[in-house]
Amino acid sequence: MSGKTLSTGQEMNIKKESRGGVILSITAWIVGLLFVSPVLWMILTSFHSEPAAATNPPSFTAPLTLDGYRSFFDSGPWPSLINSVMASVISTLLVLVLAFPAAYALSIRPVRKWSDVLFFLLSTKFLPIVAGLLPIYLFAKKVGMLDNIWLLIIFYTVMNLPIAIWMLRSFLAEVPSEMLEAAEVDGAGLILTLRKVVAPVVMPGLASAALICFIFSWNELLFARVLTGTVSQTAPVYLTGFVTSQGLFLAKVCAASLVVSLPVLVAGFAAQDKLVQGLSMGAVR
Amino acid sequence: MTTTPTKGSRVSKPKRSSLQRSGDWARRMPLLPAMILVFFVTQLPFVFTIGASFMNWNAYYPDERGFNGGANFKTVLTDPAARKAIWVTVLLTAAVVLISLFLGLIIALLLDRKFFGQGVVRTMMITPFLVVPVAAALLWKHALYNPEYGLFNGMLTKIFGDNAPQPDWISEHPMWSIIFAIVWQWTPFMMLILLAGLQSRPMDVVEAARIDGASSWQIFTNMTLPHLRQYMELAGLLGTIYVVQNFDHVFTITSGGLGTANLPYYIYQTFYTGQDYGLASAAGVVVVVLTIIVSTIALRTVFSIFREDQR
Repeated sequence: MSGKTLSTGQEMNIKKESRGGVILSITAWIVGLLFVSPVLWMILTSFHSEPAAATNPPSFTAPLTLDGYRSFFDSGPWPSLINSVMASVISTLLVLVLAFPAAYALSIRPVRKWSDVLFFLLSTKFLPIVAGLLPIYLFAKKVGMLDNIWLLIIFYTVMNLPIAIWMLRSFLAEVPSEMLEAAEVDGAGLILTLRKVVAPVVMPGLASAALICFIFSWNELLFARVLTGTVSQTAPVYLTGFVTSQGLFLAKVCAASLVVSLPVLVAGFAAQDKLVQGLSMGAVR
Repeated sequence: MTTTPTKGSRVSKPKRSSLQRSGDWARRMPLLPAMILVFFVTQLPFVFTIGASFMNWNAYYPDERGFNGGANFKTVLTDPAARKAIWVTVLLTAAVVLISLFLGLIIALLLDRKFFGQGVVRTMMITPFLVVPVAAALLWKHALYNPEYGLFNGMLTKIFGDNAPQPDWISEHPMWSIIFAIVWQWTPFMMLILLAGLQSRPMDVVEAARIDGASSWQIFTNMTLPHLRQYMELAGLLGTIYVVQNFDHVFTITSGGLGTANLPYYIYQTFYTGQDYGLASAAGVVVVVLTIIVSTIALRTVFSIFREDQR
């Protein structure tokens, strides 16, 4: 008897939970769709003709066309896209090359006061970069590096270095010291130890650091706008040409925004789990 | 016999310390390139900015260049435009961080259960964060807020017919227009960190509490929220650091007009358009001081998270 009532009670409980669960699941779907809908609208609009993109009420079923993309690519965005690729890819590689040894010196064979060094690196991220805008501009002007993509590359490298060091250090700290000692006892050299013992643990960290550095330098606008001109402007700077309305241009704006965001979207989707690690500087796994 | 070890230790002692010293430098070497770069590109310019903030220095009037004491700071703290910029920065940052933290918490809780399409919804939620900020701001400005052909007013017409209200969102609510465009991008960030926090809960303890008869609400308030606290602090702090510096949305959506110029935009304008290097530097120092006030309060808690993480 008692066993029976218990089981029916449990059954009811499960039923109630599952009904509440369905509502929660539907809510989650609605919220997700709400958040993604501006992007879906951007994609749809980018494939509409200009007149169809500017109707009120919106036309969801207008015929699709590539005119928006054609007029965007006809306006000469390639130099700025190439500049953006250069600035973000090269600076990301430089960051990794510089950050790995630094992280090594803060974890596996730590310098004295390594925690002070870490704290200092973190504190530089609290210094708003806008406060360094003027001196860097004046310096670039003085040495004739204004409108030179290498200036941005160096700047982005340093902008992202502290984040990358923090992240890589948090991964290197997980390399078991017994394994390092064992490798040393076995007479493995530094290179071999790095390759066999350290690399497997650190690879995911390198990937997260690379992802986040790439995104941050690809997105950066303020310094790119001030430090570059016609020659080395990056894609975000190119996009600022669309800030003021120019008649019927919505499809073109959406196509442009989508093309410029595409590398970040692809990289971010491909490495979703790495995103959290990167954004929290390795604090959250 | 007895002298040998003493001798040995006497000889080896300075030797060992010099070895140690060279060992210290061997340890420092890999760190140096990064540290030197960081110092020269982030610290030195700031020292320069502090110096420039005490100068009368306008590129349009090069002959008047010279020391002017605290006049720039007086301007920053008394000039209506500059004071407004400080206020806008505080308001914008607080509104964005609080709203997106709140939304991020609710959505993280929604996503922290198994349901059909969990991964798809998570991916949809992350998407706004992966749109380049300028592109996102353009999207909101032209494709959503535009009073004539924007999606918002278009949907109003679609639902309420031709007599539907057609507000000019940006000129009527400039601050909120910017706030919501940024909240849309930063809610996924908050959600991601809080979701990671939720998933790091010790589930066996939660299960034990449930068997002991704790209700879902009791588990949430007594176990989940305290566990999430440090993640909320981390998300809030990192969000603050990034949003305080927001330039892209303000620049794109209102171009700093309609009372929406925040400090980064004000600095950009003073320096780029006004060429007033002294005043721009003083405003820069103010941003740094503001950030330091916020961060010293929060930094300690964050550092304790990293410390715990190492244990």
